Amino acid sequence: MPTKPEPQAWQDPLIDVRDLSVHFELRGGILARLFGSDTGTVKAVDGVTLTVGRGEVVGLVGESGSGKSTLGRALLGLVPATDGSILFHGDDVAEMSRRRLRAIRRDIQMVFQDPNAALNPAMTVEEATGDALRVHGMKSAAERRARVVEALEKVGLSPVELFLSKYPRDLSGGQKQRVVLARAIILDPEVLVADEPISMLDMSVRAKILQLMLDLKQELGLTYVYITHDLASAKYFCDRIAIMYLGRVVEIGPTDEIFANPRHPYTRALLKAIPEPDPERALPRDLLRGEIPDAASPPLGCSFHPRCPEAFEKCGWESRDLRAVIEEHWTRQPADVYGAESDTVGDLAHLDTPATVARIGGKGAESAREILHRMRSERPDEPFWRGVDRVDDDGPGIRVVFHPGEDPALRSSDGVEVACLLYPESS
Amino acid sequence: MMRGLLGGLAKPFTQTAGLARWMLVAGLVLTAAFVVMAVFAPWVAPYGFAQSAADGARFPKAGPPGADHWFGTDRLFFDVLSRTIWGARTALEVVVLSILFCVAIGVPLGLISGYHGGWLDRILVLVMDAVFAFPSFLLAIVFSFLLTNLLGGSVIAVALSLTAIYIPQYFRVVRNTTVSAKEATYVEAARAMGASDGVIMRRYLFGNVVQSVPVLGTLNAADAILTLAGLGFLGLGIQSTDAAEWGHDLNRALADAGSGIWWTGLFPGLAIVLLVTGLTLVGEGLNETLNPTLRRRRLLPVVMPARAETTITGEEQQ
Repeated sequence: MPTKPEPQAWQDPLIDVRDLSVHFELRGGILARLFGSDTGTVKAVDGVTLTVGRGEVVGLVGESGSGKSTLGRALLGLVPATDGSILFHGDDVAEMSRRRLRAIRRDIQMVFQDPNAALNPAMTVEEATGDALRVHGMKSAAERRARVVEALEKVGLSPVELFLSKYPRDLSGGQKQRVVLARAIILDPEVLVADEPISMLDMSVRAKILQLMLDLKQELGLTYVYITHDLASAKYFCDRIAIMYLGRVVEIGPTDEIFANPRHPYTRALLKAIPEPDPERALPRDLLRGEIPDAASPPLGCSFHPRCPEAFEKCGWESRDLRAVIEEHWTRQPADVYGAESDTVGDLAHLDTPATVARIGGKGAESAREILHRMRSERPDEPFWRGVDRVDDDGPGIRVVFHPGEDPALRSSDGVEVACLLYPESS
Repeated sequence: MMRGLLGGLAKPFTQTAGLARWMLVAGLVLTAAFVVMAVFAPWVAPYGFAQSAADGARFPKAGPPGADHWFGTDRLFFDVLSRTIWGARTALEVVVLSILFCVAIGVPLGLISGYHGGWLDRILVLVMDAVFAFPSFLLAIVFSFLLTNLLGGSVIAVALSLTAIYIPQYFRVVRNTTVSAKEATYVEAARAMGASDGVIMRRYLFGNVVQSVPVLGTLNAADAILTLAGLGFLGLGIQSTDAAEWGHDLNRALADAGSGIWWTGLFPGLAIVLLVTGLTLVGEGLNETLNPTLRRRRLLPVVMPARAETTITGEEQQ
């Protein structure tokens, strides 16, 4: 199997992200703020290591809330890094002063998701595009105009004269995104961080904008960090893809390899979720259950395990999973069974504090055991049961003890790197 | 830009109907008359505001209205008509100046406060709220007392004391719009482009947050005229030899009223009433046109009860 991290890409790393973390403090309620108590942090990006080679297109793919946009913003210093470093030309973006950051943004530019919001409604196309030049010290309006015309031509807005004096409200979505692109390339940057640049556009325009971005890359020698939730467009566009989940990279590798042979169960689920245009060929898909968990208190162990169809003992099962399983079980029960069972099991709220030992029940160990048994026989292949080590009696209830979990680090596996315990760490 | 401005100016006429339109037109006519008087006072007024003699002949003391002095003269031998016309000029100067000061101070403060947030924002909001909570006329008295000591009884001093009481309104409006506007993607895009905070505030936020300021200015103008007249009436405003001021003239006319000299008080008072009415009509008319929430709120109580009770509204619609 050909592994193709393009050799020149690896030899010439342009951006080198090391163990980057971006955490946001939660503000909490008024009491918490008054007394300054700890209200928790959201780990939007949690220890990401990523290298972007010169001339490469790296895709950051994940669901909403996976931290991909935050990572992209951190590359420009738009959000402060909590920990780790972002080396660009040997300088650490994470440590730079505001002044240096402003200067570095000449070289790293960003394209935003919503072209309708990314342009100042009070500026004409000429002002909006040329303002990047003005900000970086080009005083002469005539010089700026020449550069603006050049940039607009590059992004295919012609005849340029027709667009110069237009306001964003006069343009279509695709045209606006072209203006945003023109504004991004006018400073001749090296890197373009594109945050879902096509997701707000009409289907018919998407391919055109992607093609335009590829053309610009050829013409200007750009390097892209392409942030998207849409694997299909990433396949078309990227050299390498990093799959992100809850602030971490769970799999990274060359696009072809990721598509041909996805390793991580999450990647596989994402690939299955790509819509199939031909209804005849559409396969029954088992889509991921549940939603992306709360990043303020991520699951223990592998953060994907509650949704993972292939999870096993070491994945980090815990009390919150027990609650989810019980509640899911109740959704299938008639009301009277639910009433009886919830009475036996008692209040489940305490299970929300993550722990590898969970106590339930309050009306005799036997009845609680029975419920667990019933649940298990009903859904024997539920991965949760693999995580239960043993069930002990504990006074009037029972104690469910889970196998100790393990937080998987990225490990290489045949040309890709994957953070999953299914792939044993090889040296 | 220009076309948008003209379109915006014409909007009250093109988009209003019925009462709102007549309010606006009447208000504009009244206000325009006073503006013309104010601007062309030296040509419109027969005499100067502190002129007590013409062609070597002294004016009569408290003379009744007649051919020479249409509105009569007062006890200081001044021509009441001239003082009323010159008074329009003073009123306009003070109001325009105070609005300019308000915009020049309130808007940048609001921008900075809203944009930076943090402790600066908290302190400014606290101070402005404190000023706002104070009875405004009392505050104006205190300020004009302080400022006339400092700057003399000049137009500037009075304008500044009016500024002090109206700034919080501009500050609040701009600050609150800024707080919401700074979250817009185009602001982040500007930051991603490498723009500094100053550039973002000047070129990206300013144009998007000042839009409600003109309406605020119109609405405040009427109030400012009354405050100015009130200050003058209390003798805290402009001295009668510095400029003609309606409130001050009213104060002096107080003594005349008992002795049957009605013309010294009537005409300045009428001027105040007319100008305030005019400005209020303009402000309300503008608001009815530009502010859809207000328009709806005004219409609802009139239309809804009829609908709930009977089907007459349905027939009317047909």
